[in-house]
Amino acid sequence: MIKTLIRYLPLLILALVWEMAARFEWVSTTALPPLSDVVRAWIELMVDGELLRNSASSLYRISGGLGLSIVVGTILGIGMAWWKPVNVLLAPIVEVFYPVPKSALIPVTVIWLGFGDGSKILLIFLGCMVPVTIGAFNGARASEQVMVWSARSMGASKLRVLWDVVMPGAMPELLNGIRTALALSFILLVSSELIVAQKGFGYLIGSLGAGGSYDAMYAVVLTVAFLGFAADRAYLEIVRRTLAWRSVA
Amino acid sequence: MSNDTQTPRDGVPEMLGRLAWQLAWGFARIFSIVALLAVWEILARTGTFTPFQLPALSAVLERIWSDAVSGDLAINAGLTLYRALTGFAICAVLGIAIGMAMSRNAVANWFFDPIVSVGFPMPKIAFLPVVILWLGVYDTAKITMIVVDAIFPVIAATVIAIQGVERELIWSARNMGASKRELLHQVILPAASPQIMTGLQVSLPLCLIVAVVAEMLMGGYGLGGAMITAAQFANSTSVFAGIVEIAVIGYVLIKIMVLIRRRLLLWHPEANAPATA
Repeated sequence: MIKTLIRYLPLLILALVWEMAARFEWVSTTALPPLSDVVRAWIELMVDGELLRNSASSLYRISGGLGLSIVVGTILGIGMAWWKPVNVLLAPIVEVFYPVPKSALIPVTVIWLGFGDGSKILLIFLGCMVPVTIGAFNGARASEQVMVWSARSMGASKLRVLWDVVMPGAMPELLNGIRTALALSFILLVSSELIVAQKGFGYLIGSLGAGGSYDAMYAVVLTVAFLGFAADRAYLEIVRRTLAWRSVA
Repeated sequence: MSNDTQTPRDGVPEMLGRLAWQLAWGFARIFSIVALLAVWEILARTGTFTPFQLPALSAVLERIWSDAVSGDLAINAGLTLYRALTGFAICAVLGIAIGMAMSRNAVANWFFDPIVSVGFPMPKIAFLPVVILWLGVYDTAKITMIVVDAIFPVIAATVIAIQGVERELIWSARNMGASKRELLHQVILPAASPQIMTGLQVSLPLCLIVAVVAEMLMGGYGLGGAMITAAQFANSTSVFAGIVEIAVIGYVLIKIMVLIRRRLLLWHPEANAPATA
């Protein structure tokens, strides 16, 4: 308890400095409303349901896009590692798409699918697929040949080997790729919503900022930041449990 | 690792065979890209998609050419590159400095550790409106946003890299009379450099992503700003041209980073290992 307190003390100090800087007007309160006002604005947004409504649509977009990219990316990555022709076909495309700054796709997804959920889901899907594919590919490629041979010689079918030997072996790298994708999905979600959207976190931040209610804007910004952080922590916990079998072995 | 060194010298037929194989391989490597581009052109030409949804590749290339001739491309690409690379340079210097301070100084570690562990996984792009509020919409604001977003991988990689330096290496250097300074410059930093480079390689694409988003939101010149203006005027040929331009810049920058890594780490055993990226 005390240890955690000491560990996170710097964050408390920062919060305190924030509050004092605003209260004693060391900086303009429009640029930095006091933390206590931000908390009050957050509660108001919560109570009138606006924050919940917008988070629901943001979370829908992120889970849709990320879910799709995990499924498709895993299949592509493992396919590339397992079947040579797939690799020959897809590797150059992955190599070309990998360095594209994914945010450049925002206007195109809007041209294709409009201002609604579809364009955000497509953007997150396209952006997040690359790290997942690369993770799955690297993981599956590194699966130990000896294990594959033993499984084959013991009579396992090719598919069986894929499922029981290659997949578990690819897990750590794949899960790592998904973690990158998770972080990227939040970036893409918020940026696309800030640029064009009628609901969602980014939209709420933009419209509150344009309306001059900066304390509420800060409240939403901090909410998104916290959600991204919490999602990463929750994911790490899941990974730790999924990979528990490795540390035992 | 490689078997090439062990194979005995071949005769002419084997060499020709290898050449044919290499040619086929090289063709296979670009085949899918060429096919993809061809499908794009055909889909656009045959009217499967409207020119608004998918302008023809040839039209897009023409637009890039005319942008290049008129000088718009140089201005926009130059500004985007300037912002992204300035941000990256600040991330590199400041990130490595903070990481080093954290590994050497208990107070710095106590202060920065929670900030990094909470700040790293946050979608910091959400702070963009706050940055606009504080710094306006010009280069300072854009570069600040880039640094805020892309510095964390560098700090984290530096800390982990320095922690991972083998104790034996440090002990022996100390035993042989290295001062603290020499130890840092001649032992710890070089030993940590591969992982620090990896952190920089994560940070660079982030710089570009954020540069483009910042330009899209804050407007003004730059590839991102040009794309968003084009989108507002339903000028999809220019939007696609923007994507191609940004993609090429991203590709070139990442390849340059790989080259720099290879050059800097020539002395390191990893330089002899097969390249993965």
